Amino acid sequence: MAKMKGAIVVDLEKCKGCEVCRVACPNDVIAMAQEVNHKGYHYAYQEHQDACVGCANCAVVCPDGVITVYKVKLSD
Amino acid sequence: MKELRLMKGNEAVAEGAIRAGADGYFGYPITPQSEVMEYLMAQQPEKRTGMVVLQAESEVAAINMVYGGASTGKKVMTSSSSPGMSLMQEGVSYLAGAELPCLLLNVARGGPGLGTIQPAQADYFQSVKGGGHGDYNLIVLAPSSVQEMFDFAFLGFELAFKYRNPVLILSDGLIGQMMEKVELCEQMPRTTYFDRSWTLTGKPDGQERNIVTSLDLDASRQEIHNQHLQEKYRKCKETEVRYELIDTDDAEYLFVAYGSSARICQKAIQLGRGEGIKIGLLRPITLWPFPAKPLVELAPKMKGILSVEQSAGQMVEDVRLSVGCGVHIEHYGRMGGMIPTPEQVLENLKKLLITK
Amino acid sequence: MDIKDIIKPENLVYQKTPLMTDKPLSYCPGCGHGTAHRIVMEVIEEMGIQSETIGVAPVGCSVLAYDFMNVDMVGASHGRAPAVATGIKRCWPEKFVYTYQGDGDLAAIGTAETIHAANRGENITIIFINNGIYGMTGGQMAPTTLEGMKTSTSPYGRELKSMGNPLKMTELLAQLPGTCYVTRQSVHSPRNVRRAKKAVRAAFESQKENKGLSLVEIVSNCNSGWKMEPVASNEWMVEHMFPFYPLGDIKVDGKLVNNQ
Repeated sequence: MAKMKGAIVVDLEKCKGCEVCRVACPNDVIAMAQEVNHKGYHYAYQEHQDACVGCANCAVVCPDGVITVYKVKLSD
Repeated sequence: MKELRLMKGNEAVAEGAIRAGADGYFGYPITPQSEVMEYLMAQQPEKRTGMVVLQAESEVAAINMVYGGASTGKKVMTSSSSPGMSLMQEGVSYLAGAELPCLLLNVARGGPGLGTIQPAQADYFQSVKGGGHGDYNLIVLAPSSVQEMFDFAFLGFELAFKYRNPVLILSDGLIGQMMEKVELCEQMPRTTYFDRSWTLTGKPDGQERNIVTSLDLDASRQEIHNQHLQEKYRKCKETEVRYELIDTDDAEYLFVAYGSSARICQKAIQLGRGEGIKIGLLRPITLWPFPAKPLVELAPKMKGILSVEQSAGQMVEDVRLSVGCGVHIEHYGRMGGMIPTPEQVLENLKKLLITK
Repeated sequence: MDIKDIIKPENLVYQKTPLMTDKPLSYCPGCGHGTAHRIVMEVIEEMGIQSETIGVAPVGCSVLAYDFMNVDMVGASHGRAPAVATGIKRCWPEKFVYTYQGDGDLAAIGTAETIHAANRGENITIIFINNGIYGMTGGQMAPTTLEGMKTSTSPYGRELKSMGNPLKMTELLAQLPGTCYVTRQSVHSPRNVRRAKKAVRAAFESQKENKGLSLVEIVSNCNSGWKMEPVASNEWMVEHMFPFYPLGDIKVDGKLVNNQ
């Protein structure tokens, strides 16, 4: 079976740090930053570079629509 | 050939609306104006012109249907009577705030509260001072005949779209219920042009969408919007004042009266002149903007002015504001649905202005 | 494979729909309103009806919905959105018209307009966000507030005897012959968002076929009003809201589902 590899891009300034995406991720890819953005929120970011499969669960559930998802199919 | 018909005021305004090319009527029954919707329903205007007529669940719903319809750029209207108009005031304020054109009709009855179902003119303040919350004005037309009920449907829509502002026809139970000869004009086509600078038609591809709202949480922008509204009202005051003068050339006393009261005053003028009292009449056709200028011009020639209204004295305040202190100004009126006779009007002119 | 090699336009699988404007949402962190907005806009995008759609915003937290939804929109007075939508739809029967309303707007002050629009079978779609509280005014009791739930106007919990019962408007509306499609959904998990989006699509398709009023209730959180962290509020919602407001279709194609 082909393996999927994904990546997310978070609009850091629009992220409100609600953590709904972190909980929704099946592979614990997302963590909240120690730093804050200009609004003072600990924004979400892709902590584990290899674990993302590009399922887009995080983006689908993000209330602020700040996550963009990319995915590639890796050949066996 | 002229098309003449014997009609009730309420029927005439409904027929006028159809012929003015109205797109929609949304209303709720209340005496003494229910014939408006009854006539429309019987006429089946959706077959005649495509006009929609819908009986709403309340006056509150009706005015908000008007708000929705008006936001599409279509010609929409409602009608009611005093207590129902009070219910509509929030929606009217939204319409004025969002600068939406529409036609409103109040076939007024006696108040306050549920009051009576007989004619009154006690909604003057509500009509000309805004009526709902915030700084706004309606353009207010006061018909004094069944013909004018018909004609003002056309004029009302014309002014509403010219200024993108609600126009109110302030009638009363007498004008609404009485029957007179009406000369009908030809059917105007319904509009097919919608100005994309403000109407909601669905956002065309490649163009900006439109938002219709009266809300701005930024106070400085809200003030600018209010200043824009006031500027619009100022232009309206300059150009839209309408009135009629009757027997004023040699008059020594002046009635100021609108709507059904103006009709009563005309008879009182005849009676007075029969006794040698030279009386004239200034009949405001637009109650807002109020015909202050012609009144100011006439006032110095008068020994006294009597504002005749079926109320405790509301328009008399605008008469006094316009004229100032130099002339003796009094009010005469009856209330609660009682209609003064021409004899009573003349008697009170003598009592309040001559023998005093 | 390096992450930079994945982040390329050809590998894009999900991004915010252009039918949502770029304006940052005015909602609290984790609030379901944003997700609900987005799925409505995604459905309009996928159906290709942006140029034929007119939306009605309510009064409440989503009073500024027109700032975020990139379609022609009008702001209604409190509770009157179904009447405003009726006026628009009667003037433009061929356009898609929807309202977006909260529980105070739809189920308290606007009860009459909601019920009568539904009963007339107005061919509009209502998106109804139920979070059991007045969020915008600071967390007061709503018609949908659960028994025992604490709000700023029921600080000791909603007591049914004096404060009345939580109102199941959606079940009530499903009883009316004018409604065609009535469903209750949520947007707190990816699976639920996808289901809710399918429901919104079904509602707009129902409108397309002139079948009558379609209603999608979305049970949502109000972490500020409930005074919880966003994730905790979603968990509380699952545990407490869903038993009283069960998810699923209530009426499909004009027929009540199961034992409704």
